[in-house]
Amino acid sequence: MAESSAALAPPIVGTPLPLIGKSDTKPTWCPGCGDFSVVAAVELAVKRLKIPSHDVVIVSGIGCSSNLPHFLSSYGFHGIHGRALPIAEGIRWANHGLTVIATGGDGDGFGIGAGHFVHTMRRNVDLTYVTMDNQIYGLTTGQASPTSMLGHKTKSTPTGVIENPIDPIALALASGATYVARAFSGDVKHMADLVAGGIQHKGFAFVDALSPCVTYNKINTFDWFRQRVYKLESAGHDPTNIVAAWQRALEWGDKIPIGLFYRTEKPTYEELEEVLTAGPLAKQPTGLKGKDALLDEFE
Amino acid sequence: MPEISVRAGGAAGDGIASVGEAIAHGFSRMGLHVFGLNAYQSVIRGGHVWFQARASPDRVYSQGDRVDVLYALNRETVDIHAAFLSDGGTVIFDPEKFAVADGDLPNGTRALGVPTLEIARKYTSQSILQNAAGLGATAFVAGIPLELLQKILADSFGKKKGEIVDWNLGASADGYKFAQEHSSPSERAAKPAGAPKLLLSGNQAIALGAAAAGLKFLAQYPMTPASSIMHWLAAHSRELGIVVKQAEDELAAINMAVGASYGGVRSMTATSGGGFSLMVEALGMAGMTEVPLVVVESMRSGPSTGLPTKTEQGDLNLMLGAGQGEFPRAILAPSHPLDAFRAAQKAFQLAERFQTPVLLASDLHLSENFATIDRSEIDLDVDPGPVPIAEPNGGDYKRYQYTESGVSPRSIPGQPGLQWIAGSDEHDEKGHLISDVKAGVPVWVAERTKMFNKRMSKLKGLAEAMDPPAVEGPAGADVTLIAWGSTIGAARDARTLLGARGISTQLVAVTDVYPVPGDAIGRALAGAKRTLLIEGNFSGQYGRLLRAETGIHLSEKLLKYDGEPFYPMEIVAKAVEMTSNGRK
Repeated sequence: MAESSAALAPPIVGTPLPLIGKSDTKPTWCPGCGDFSVVAAVELAVKRLKIPSHDVVIVSGIGCSSNLPHFLSSYGFHGIHGRALPIAEGIRWANHGLTVIATGGDGDGFGIGAGHFVHTMRRNVDLTYVTMDNQIYGLTTGQASPTSMLGHKTKSTPTGVIENPIDPIALALASGATYVARAFSGDVKHMADLVAGGIQHKGFAFVDALSPCVTYNKINTFDWFRQRVYKLESAGHDPTNIVAAWQRALEWGDKIPIGLFYRTEKPTYEELEEVLTAGPLAKQPTGLKGKDALLDEFE
Repeated sequence: MPEISVRAGGAAGDGIASVGEAIAHGFSRMGLHVFGLNAYQSVIRGGHVWFQARASPDRVYSQGDRVDVLYALNRETVDIHAAFLSDGGTVIFDPEKFAVADGDLPNGTRALGVPTLEIARKYTSQSILQNAAGLGATAFVAGIPLELLQKILADSFGKKKGEIVDWNLGASADGYKFAQEHSSPSERAAKPAGAPKLLLSGNQAIALGAAAAGLKFLAQYPMTPASSIMHWLAAHSRELGIVVKQAEDELAAINMAVGASYGGVRSMTATSGGGFSLMVEALGMAGMTEVPLVVVESMRSGPSTGLPTKTEQGDLNLMLGAGQGEFPRAILAPSHPLDAFRAAQKAFQLAERFQTPVLLASDLHLSENFATIDRSEIDLDVDPGPVPIAEPNGGDYKRYQYTESGVSPRSIPGQPGLQWIAGSDEHDEKGHLISDVKAGVPVWVAERTKMFNKRMSKLKGLAEAMDPPAVEGPAGADVTLIAWGSTIGAARDARTLLGARGISTQLVAVTDVYPVPGDAIGRALAGAKRTLLIEGNFSGQYGRLLRAETGIHLSEKLLKYDGEPFYPMEIVAKAVEMTSNGRK
């Protein structure tokens, strides 16, 4: 992956290609927001893999967390609510030499975009999806989200949430994701390891980042998570064991596992799509010149 | 020869479309012009379906109004279609299946009983083979030579060999010979007219035109009547190097297409009104982020699920207004497969040149019906090349740089030093958001207006790129017909019929719908004696657009929203009425 073949112009000989860094746009998140850790982890992960910044595209939907692409120096697409994944897939298929990272929130990914989440995973498109899961709608000032816990009182649920929350990890396992991880904004280095692992992973990599909203979610706070999270790698978990992964996925309460739940190798969509075996689509010839025989079928 | 129309009817699942297509190809390979109409219902088995092939040495633009040879696979077909039989017309049927009495048919027509089931039983117990026998008899009456018919059948099986192919060839020859012994060709029977022509559906023409224009990525969700665009491109995907993605829904389809276009390849999605309704938000995103995009909207009868297998031109308002806020767009509405081939190419050129969405408005009548094109009319010899991209300029790249045309230099991911963020929020020249902490601050209020104006200034260039309507017939004619998109076909055929009745007509045929080439339309209509607007919708949507853009008011309208295409005689009747009662 680090040896990206996406570049449309030859690298300037003798000059190291610029690595990803912060852009000249400062994050507009509330002070203390968990998303600062996520942007830092993404930057660290991409830098560590030495992928040139022009070969990286960060794609997002809409929501507080979806502003993330603006804060880094790579290419980016800040799209519409819930559609980060199909946009990201389109970019991958246009040029599968690129490193594509989709980012967004829990409402974006598991509410309005839930259909795309499931389908992108079953396709095993080779991209990395990092959700900043704060279990609340922040940008719209505090309504329940698909991952809000039962009983959570919000502006839209004044007597408490009465729907069961989506379990993103279990949903990812059920949908055929080939790299399933959970991170916590209280540990940037650990999160960066998981994101880097996801980028290096051949296939769809999902990292659900528990990223507390300090303004609108007074239940699932940094402290709340700190008392509960534990690392799977320190607990003897075998990420190649799907049954063990399911067992860990079902844990949520006094103990919340973070780390890599599951990893497996399967052919990616890009490997199975025959047209792409000839190289990135953006570099392939266009048009029908010389293909007049194509008209024979209409005779 | 005069023109000839052959109709085959039966239940869905009877194989009517294959019979009809074989007849249509028979005519087109004889060098005749053909219009093929495939009428079906939203069921896979049962119901009533029919296919009509109308052929003439001159170009035909619609299904026409009458039937010269009717092949009826069931009694219902006789009941429904006998009234359309022309003088001297023939009904072909199998007496073993049902009876046709003298009184069942109009005067001057004849019935030809053919033992199609008996012929089929010679080969197999599968009754579907009766079609081949009926097809043979129909071909004989229609004037299609047996050798040609056999060649068409053999070709339709491709590389397949074996008893099914042999049975079909045998049964069709038996049917042909039976008719030869017991009947005579129609007095309108087809005569060879030169080199074979190509027979394409509107959707095939759109797919071919898109591929010729450099399409590399199609994302689509199945929906009648747009699906066959995906089918044709999927069948040729590997050969042409085009990625075809069936998406999980129309939301994904258009967002994938926008992503692929941003990623550096020419992209398209296609759907009908229901799917397009879901795509609306992302269409605006393409307009805001200035990503080139072609969307085919093949209309069918609405509202809601409506009549899924029937035609309409009811989505023009939707296409004009799709998306919150305002952004530049163009709408092209081809009338005929040849036109559709060229319009698809033009849609890509406009989308790329102006970095904005272009809508290709088709409808079921154009998308799924067939018409002939001369090989020489299709030019594949164009090299679209890679998408044009910005040159590196030393670090101060502005993706949304202010320009007079509104078009800014575009880079694509993978280009070093030209990174930018495509933002669906309002942004400045570099793509930085001005929607959050800057919104409402006076300097950024001004910037918002400036950026908005930049985008909208593309409309000027788009307007200049619109072709004026084709104007056919003399100025000052008795009646001036105004039609757009697929309705132009029936209007063209109506002109010929009206001419034969001594009524002169002019046709203003609008294919470049928006931005409205208002001046050209104004000039075309300036000397009109009586005008008649013909549209396949309830409210005269194009008439309203024209009035809004030019002040021209077309008060006489022929509007149709019963699901059926216009028939030339409907237009003739209206024009005759307008000219016979002294109205101006």
